[in-house]
Amino acid sequence: MTKLDEYRKIAGDNVIDELHFLASRVSGKTIQNINSTAVGGGVAEILSRIMPLLKELGVDIGWSVIKGDEKFFVISKKIHNALHSARVEITNDDLNYFLDVNQKNAEEINFYGDIIFVHDPQPAALIKKREKIGKNWIWRCHIDFSNPNKRIWSFLKSYIEKYDTVVFSAPTFGRNISTKQILISPSIDPLSEKNRDLSAKFIDSVFEGYGIDREKPIITQISRFDYLKDPIGVIRAYRLVKKHIDCQLVLAGGGATDDPEGKKVLKAVTEEAKEDKDIFVLHLSPASHIEINALQRGSTIILQKSLREGFGLTVSEALWKAKPVIASAVGGIPLQIIHRYSGILTHTIEGTAYWIKQLLNDPEYAKKLGENGREHIKDNFLITRHIRDYLLLFLSLYYKKDIVYL
Amino acid sequence: MSEPFYFYTQFNLVEILNKKSKNVMELLEGIKVVPDSSIFYHTHKFLEQHHYLLPEPANDFAYWISDVLEENTLGEEIGSIDIIDFPSIKELRNGFIKILKERTNKGKPARICPEGSEFHFMACKTFILPAPYVAHDLEEFKEILKKITKSSLYFHIFEARIRLGKVDNDFSRWLRDLGKDKIAAEISRLDPYTYTLEGLREKIISIICKEN
Repeated sequence: MTKLDEYRKIAGDNVIDELHFLASRVSGKTIQNINSTAVGGGVAEILSRIMPLLKELGVDIGWSVIKGDEKFFVISKKIHNALHSARVEITNDDLNYFLDVNQKNAEEINFYGDIIFVHDPQPAALIKKREKIGKNWIWRCHIDFSNPNKRIWSFLKSYIEKYDTVVFSAPTFGRNISTKQILISPSIDPLSEKNRDLSAKFIDSVFEGYGIDREKPIITQISRFDYLKDPIGVIRAYRLVKKHIDCQLVLAGGGATDDPEGKKVLKAVTEEAKEDKDIFVLHLSPASHIEINALQRGSTIILQKSLREGFGLTVSEALWKAKPVIASAVGGIPLQIIHRYSGILTHTIEGTAYWIKQLLNDPEYAKKLGENGREHIKDNFLITRHIRDYLLLFLSLYYKKDIVYL
Repeated sequence: MSEPFYFYTQFNLVEILNKKSKNVMELLEGIKVVPDSSIFYHTHKFLEQHHYLLPEPANDFAYWISDVLEENTLGEEIGSIDIIDFPSIKELRNGFIKILKERTNKGKPARICPEGSEFHFMACKTFILPAPYVAHDLEEFKEILKKITKSSLYFHIFEARIRLGKVDNDFSRWLRDLGKDKIAAEISRLDPYTYTLEGLREKIISIICKEN
């Protein structure tokens, strides 16, 4: 397990010392995270990294996972998609079932924290428990809330407004609600298997294993197989480029245990890609972090052509590796990329194809974009900044003024 | 014997306010009513987040007016406002209000931004904490300046002057107490908004080296 001191080389001694100072001010409070899955997906991944470091800082912090059957996760996935503005049918019976499962969990979970830190919509209705037990409640929304389905948002809003504080990943996700709303971007861990340095030999072996030619340009999108990541649009952009430049496309991703839609999308992508030997559709297990790291490091250009995005951590991951990134201007992606300085923001398949060609033909410019991108991520999107924001968030529940002297 | 200089640093927790605007008139109405911490946030965020890219602190209002509304003249006017000339957030706010009022009084039709590109007002809660450095004389001060974080430098130069109402930056105030009036005056005369944070650090150190 990575120790906090190992981040000193990357983030600097001051940054780590400041974390110790802030953590000492949180002393005496217990924080309890609650989400819907312990493995797979961005939330579980970031909690797995942050929790041990907060514990090492002396913060008393735990993690509970709600229980639900397949029906619950199908419904919660539909709610998730509706909040991303996708058209899905959700019946009143579905919503009632969703509430029943939350109610059952509310009865079974031991709410031991002084601060109950609930992640994403699946367990959001646990807040009803507050009437009985009090405590400070924070709802952390990890998804794109820029244009949620009105009916589902209205349903969820009645629960969200009961929290003390709501946390979003981008300014555009802010809602017209009475609850205080805080902006905290997620982060990447530079020492995790997904982001740490790798030897050239290992990177070569991963590409060789999948039969991908390192001599030809490689365009890669890493994301789970989900319509909102627009893998079909990526293939179409690649085909526009392929008319002029001989290149390869890698679509690689895993699935989370709370994502039953993945198989359907993977099938559609495989069908769209068939007969093109230069398209590599790689369905990876949720634990394939080191392979993903190698795929990013060995690629020429990284894409993130999402239609909706909570934050798009894969963009930060690629920029940290100083890779040129072309990504959609959705969700938290514009926070990570300043167009033409630290990456490229696009809105269409054609625009994506245009910029792929530009960057393949101008490798010096592509290199500069990657270097700027890495610098931006170092200052704003590493796990050490994320831990600091969470410590400030916990403190903000107890310090009410705009300027706080600690 | 003057007091030693205690270094501090600061961090912001960013708040999303329940307020957004789709044209210049709504931006003006927002600027009139948002808390001081919001005006501060939108005029200083760029300095901290993108300090390595550009020295110019394109304030968020100017950036949105130019890049989203494509009102380049007004954007330039708002962007070139000299923040260093304003002693407090209150007066800086009035500076923006004056320019925007002149624009809206001209009666030109207001451009409306595309849906999804509204200006979102934010604010910040600032936590100030001690940095592990104390300078007892100028030599020590110079050496510590080389190793403090960018957040610490930012706090003593920007936050202290305009947000905490100290009129001048912390360094110049201490240097005057130390009897180093010339160095203090040179640092006060700098327009820190036209440097990157690293550039500013180097400039202050070079002033101390030159004058000492």
